[in-house]
Amino acid sequence: MNWALTGALLFWAAAWALNEWLARLNPHSASARRALGLLIPAIFGITLLVVWEGVVRGFDISPVLLTPPSAIWTRITSSLPTLWADFQQTFLKAVLIGYAIGCGAGFLTAIAIDRSPFLQRGLMPLGNFVSALPIIGVAPIMVMWFGFDWPSKAAVVIIMTFFPMLVNTVEGLSASSAIDRDLMRTYASSYWQTLFKLRLPAAAPFIFNALKINSTLALIGAIVAEFFGTPIVGMGFRISTEVGRMNIDMVWAEIAMAALAGSLFYGAVALLERAVTFWHPSMRSG
Amino acid sequence: MTAAADTAPTRTTTPVFRRAVEGKALPILIVLGVIILIWYAFTVYLNAPWQIDAYERAGTEWTATDLVRDTMAQERPVLPSPHQVVAEIWKTTVGTRLTSKRNLFYHAWITLSSTLLGFVIGTALGVLLAVGIVHNRAMDKSVMPWVIASQTIPILAVAPMIIVVLNAIGLSGLLPKALISTYLSFFPVVVGMVKGFRSPEAFQLDLMRTYNASGTQTFWKLRWPAALPYLFTSMKVAVAISLVGAIVGELPTGAVSGLGARLLAGSYYGQTVQIWSALFMAAALAALLVGLVGIGQRVVMARLGAKP
Repeated sequence: MNWALTGALLFWAAAWALNEWLARLNPHSASARRALGLLIPAIFGITLLVVWEGVVRGFDISPVLLTPPSAIWTRITSSLPTLWADFQQTFLKAVLIGYAIGCGAGFLTAIAIDRSPFLQRGLMPLGNFVSALPIIGVAPIMVMWFGFDWPSKAAVVIIMTFFPMLVNTVEGLSASSAIDRDLMRTYASSYWQTLFKLRLPAAAPFIFNALKINSTLALIGAIVAEFFGTPIVGMGFRISTEVGRMNIDMVWAEIAMAALAGSLFYGAVALLERAVTFWHPSMRSG
Repeated sequence: MTAAADTAPTRTTTPVFRRAVEGKALPILIVLGVIILIWYAFTVYLNAPWQIDAYERAGTEWTATDLVRDTMAQERPVLPSPHQVVAEIWKTTVGTRLTSKRNLFYHAWITLSSTLLGFVIGTALGVLLAVGIVHNRAMDKSVMPWVIASQTIPILAVAPMIIVVLNAIGLSGLLPKALISTYLSFFPVVVGMVKGFRSPEAFQLDLMRTYNASGTQTFWKLRWPAALPYLFTSMKVAVAISLVGAIVGELPTGAVSGLGARLLAGSYYGQTVQIWSALFMAAALAALLVGLVGIGQRVVMARLGAKP
């Protein structure tokens, strides 16, 4: 037993005890409860990092096998320009453009087939089936069709995000209750009025569900598509080349960036959802 | 009122026809047919430039029918026609020996084995973690947010690193790939099972308490059966995603074997037909796995007394 490992284990035990104690607290004010809800997972996350660092130092694991968080942090701060260039190429171009087009196309297709039950019955099982397929496999084909730069990655993202959006929107459009639709009919409202004033708002929770699923899928799609060929910039490119050169700390830095980008993206969609579907039961607190 | 509802009672039709119109089979078949037609159209459209170029270089006269025929029979087409892909699949599955490295079933089996291993470990891990989360308040508060947050992380991006690093310390073959599948498949199981273990209602838990049931008894007799539907639903997601994990895990190993390796090798050498046939094999595998979980669900649910 050396000091790094012992220290990490002690920290772990202390954090565990602290969390046990915090979890049993039942504060009355809502803000205190919210702060507690953030504090406990934060302590857990910090504990994970400390134990990671301690284990790497304690067992003297080579940095190639498992890089300690401190080394990853130094690498992040020292190579910010590279990381930013990769982020621009992968996230700002491929992911965001592909995400917008894929989700938009899925949404519009769902509205287009909304009036035809026949098409719905034909497309929905196929859409569900395609959602379970390893779509990521089309990446090499897209790279062949659209070249090495970001359009091929955006194309993969479009295909990956299209079907979850389609399936969820179609499901959401049938979510409004019969009473509400009857009410709209007594108002003599047209198809489009019913769609915009009743059915789309009712479908919003489903649509946001798809947007959230897609935010994760889009990033994965863009990164993995870069394994099949890229210009010399991009997160997936950096990961695959630095792995080859055994610069594992750079890989971890890139992964940390991807995780941060993914979490922020997801968080932004979740915030937007909260603002748009504030009326939904799942958004009520307490 | 729709037209179908108006005419249905008066027109006498055979049950088979009625089922075909009202059920899902006919619409699916028609949509599939349209997709295949569009595919053929695109085959001609996308492959035509190269073919016309080839005609001009050879100096031969050509007609529209020649063009259509030849665009569907290119060696390395931009988009292979469906029958080319089917022929390739047939050639590489039935046409070659089962033990040969050129057999697609061999590659599918490599991928399938690591998918299944990872899926089994991932499901077991997910269930265990869910049990811990349901029974321990501190674990619920501290672990659960991270389980959810980790879903926003592109885990597949880690895949090549795990493979290469494990290779460096001498671990190669099935296990590294299975680890990626494990990592991917345990999330849906944790989330689904936590929901499932919590699905018994308060009065049911109270009833167990009036029986003086212990924690273990409550778990096995109430929580576990109540969570089974959730288990199967999340297992369907998990098995699909662990197949993706296995395929991506095969990319950086230097394209040795497996469906992912076939994809990579195909993209290196411009063998589009090979890529498409590997894709179709992967799709068939996904359908098979999800279907098997679905059958398991139906059998177990029937034994639990659920009405179909």
